[in-house]
Amino acid sequence: MFIGHFTERPYQDPESGYFGATGLPIKDLSLSNEIYDPILGSDLYNRYLDEKVYAEEMGFDGLMLNEHHSTPFCMGGAMNVEASILARITKRAKIVLLGNILPIWDDPLWLVEQLAMIDMISKGRLVSGWVRGTGRESVSHNAPPAYNWERFQEAHDFIVKAWSEPGPFRWEGKHYQYRYVNPWMRPYQKPHPQIMLPGVVSRDSIVWAAKQRIPYIMLATQLEPTRQSFQVYHDTAKEEGYEAGSQNFGYLWKVHVDETEELAEEVARKFVQGPSNPFLAGNEGTANPALLKLPGLTSRRRILPTANVATANRGGQLSRSFEEQVEDYTIISGTPKTVIPKIRHVLEYLRPGSVFFWDGDGAMTHDDQMRSLRLMGEEVIPAVREIADELELRSPFEVSPKTGEPIGEISEEAASVTGD
Amino acid sequence: METSRIAETLGILKSEDALAVSEASFKESSLELAGSTIQMRTAGEGKPLLVLHGELGFPGWMNYHETLAVDRKLYAPSHPGYDQSDGIDWMMQVRDLAGWYLEALDDMDLKEIDVIGFSFGGWLAAEMAVMDPTKFRKLVLVAPMGVKPEEGEIYDIFLNLAPDYLKEAIHDSNSCDEFDLICPDEPSPEMLELWEVAREQSCKLGWKPYMYSLSLKHLLHRLKNLETLIVWGKEDKIVPIDAGRIYHESIPGSSIEVMENIGHRPEIEKPNEFTKLITKFLGSK
Repeated sequence: MFIGHFTERPYQDPESGYFGATGLPIKDLSLSNEIYDPILGSDLYNRYLDEKVYAEEMGFDGLMLNEHHSTPFCMGGAMNVEASILARITKRAKIVLLGNILPIWDDPLWLVEQLAMIDMISKGRLVSGWVRGTGRESVSHNAPPAYNWERFQEAHDFIVKAWSEPGPFRWEGKHYQYRYVNPWMRPYQKPHPQIMLPGVVSRDSIVWAAKQRIPYIMLATQLEPTRQSFQVYHDTAKEEGYEAGSQNFGYLWKVHVDETEELAEEVARKFVQGPSNPFLAGNEGTANPALLKLPGLTSRRRILPTANVATANRGGQLSRSFEEQVEDYTIISGTPKTVIPKIRHVLEYLRPGSVFFWDGDGAMTHDDQMRSLRLMGEEVIPAVREIADELELRSPFEVSPKTGEPIGEISEEAASVTGD
Repeated sequence: METSRIAETLGILKSEDALAVSEASFKESSLELAGSTIQMRTAGEGKPLLVLHGELGFPGWMNYHETLAVDRKLYAPSHPGYDQSDGIDWMMQVRDLAGWYLEALDDMDLKEIDVIGFSFGGWLAAEMAVMDPTKFRKLVLVAPMGVKPEEGEIYDIFLNLAPDYLKEAIHDSNSCDEFDLICPDEPSPEMLELWEVAREQSCKLGWKPYMYSLSLKHLLHRLKNLETLIVWGKEDKIVPIDAGRIYHESIPGSSIEVMENIGHRPEIEKPNEFTKLITKFLGSK
């Protein structure tokens, strides 16, 4: 079992008028950055880095970052900058990027270089996820949404080749062309860092991940649709002639632990009280309908069962209340004693080899987050590891998603196949 | 491989509000042209007139089609990738589409034809004309995209839903008889789907730079011997009228007509006024 920590790193500005579930609408791409306070931003960036360091200290296996653009709900616009810092100031945990938004890069050679540098500086701790991004990302970086999927696939193929084959070589593709690919940096891990694919909506993406034998991480959706979507991966794996296992699946959801049940509930309610986040059910703000319909971004037909319950901003169910989310396990909060059995339920239901606890978000304070991280380290993480062992849930770092073989026992020859 | 059928594809002509347009007045077929299959509508007899639709695809058979087909043969295709026409993978800019169209005209054995292009289709017509001015007899550009206005910006159709865009395109929808046809209060699922198909294709061709070419302006001089009419609604909120000035100044000998109290769709907003203007410019057969 691989256990990661995640927060969106919201821009928490009590003065903004858009913080604390004020009811003021934040329509996507409609909020001017004239209210942005860089002094506050500076404090928040440092706070979130400190929390990641502490998460490592408390025993998390993975420090997960993500990236969004032009929005107050996530400060990770240049996620690789944060990852670079973590590469140097942490020692053991993997740095999990879920992920770089491939289609918005006009020059993905930058990604080849930046990520190889992060992998080397961290001594091989990078986990490199890719995403396709939401409409917000395409608009912010002016990347053509109608070519999103084509660019995603081509950028992936290009990056993997540049990481794993000696240069120089030429790349003459439809969307990317290079006459000299020979970056003077190579990833620390061979042939390259583990790739993951997080998502919620696109059937194309999960089928693609299954064909590539890349672990798929379902982001914060309800259990039954998630299980149905995982089935798409399982079915594709069968067609491809292999059996997918827990190493091929990950699940991210909201988990907060606190000292008393009362405090846990009080703090967990803050999940839905930050700057409106279309991914935080219960506090989505106002969806921008044009972004949902950005032409060609996602196939209009090939969507997953999770799409309808994923996010308001993808046209899904709006505003499930805090209580409903507690009811259906998409928010788990409480003391370690009450939280652990609920996590067990999720693990039994979905059988993921990787989990990411989404915490410290919304209006939660630094202290709220630190208490939860401490209790996770002291009680929750050890218990989850035991449950995972009992359920034989293996991470992609224990059992290769490429071969289905235990990682420690594979030959060097097999290792060279792993991951590409 | 002509498969004639009554053009009810869009469900538009079935509307009870439909104007005095006969369902059988045009023929719809699917044609193999320049290596691709496209949806074509034809009507009338006489000198050929090619009608190039805008960024949301073929709007349905409208009054202006009917009137313009009275004394000429009208060709109203759906561009590759729009409506029922097959998409073409290698087409990534409007100039690619223009090159394809010139061969399609070869395949139809059309020479010295008149062409009229609306908005995105106006841009397309201008690209085709600068590639091969001798192919055309007269050129009409109706509020064409394709050049970068120095004043104002081209309206972002991708950051707005199709109905919102259409409402913005029409200056006074209350006095526009055909508005409900192009933008019904409750569009059919087919219409919604065709809008998205069209937006996706327009996105592939015009996302960046947004709906203009940096070089077209400099190539327009080649149209010096092609009689060109530029038509603009004075209240156009989609393509700033300054783009009209640039077209006019870049095409020697061109004329420009600015229509009062009209937005981006003169052919829909004031079809009688509009078709009179066009018929006068094109002359009779």
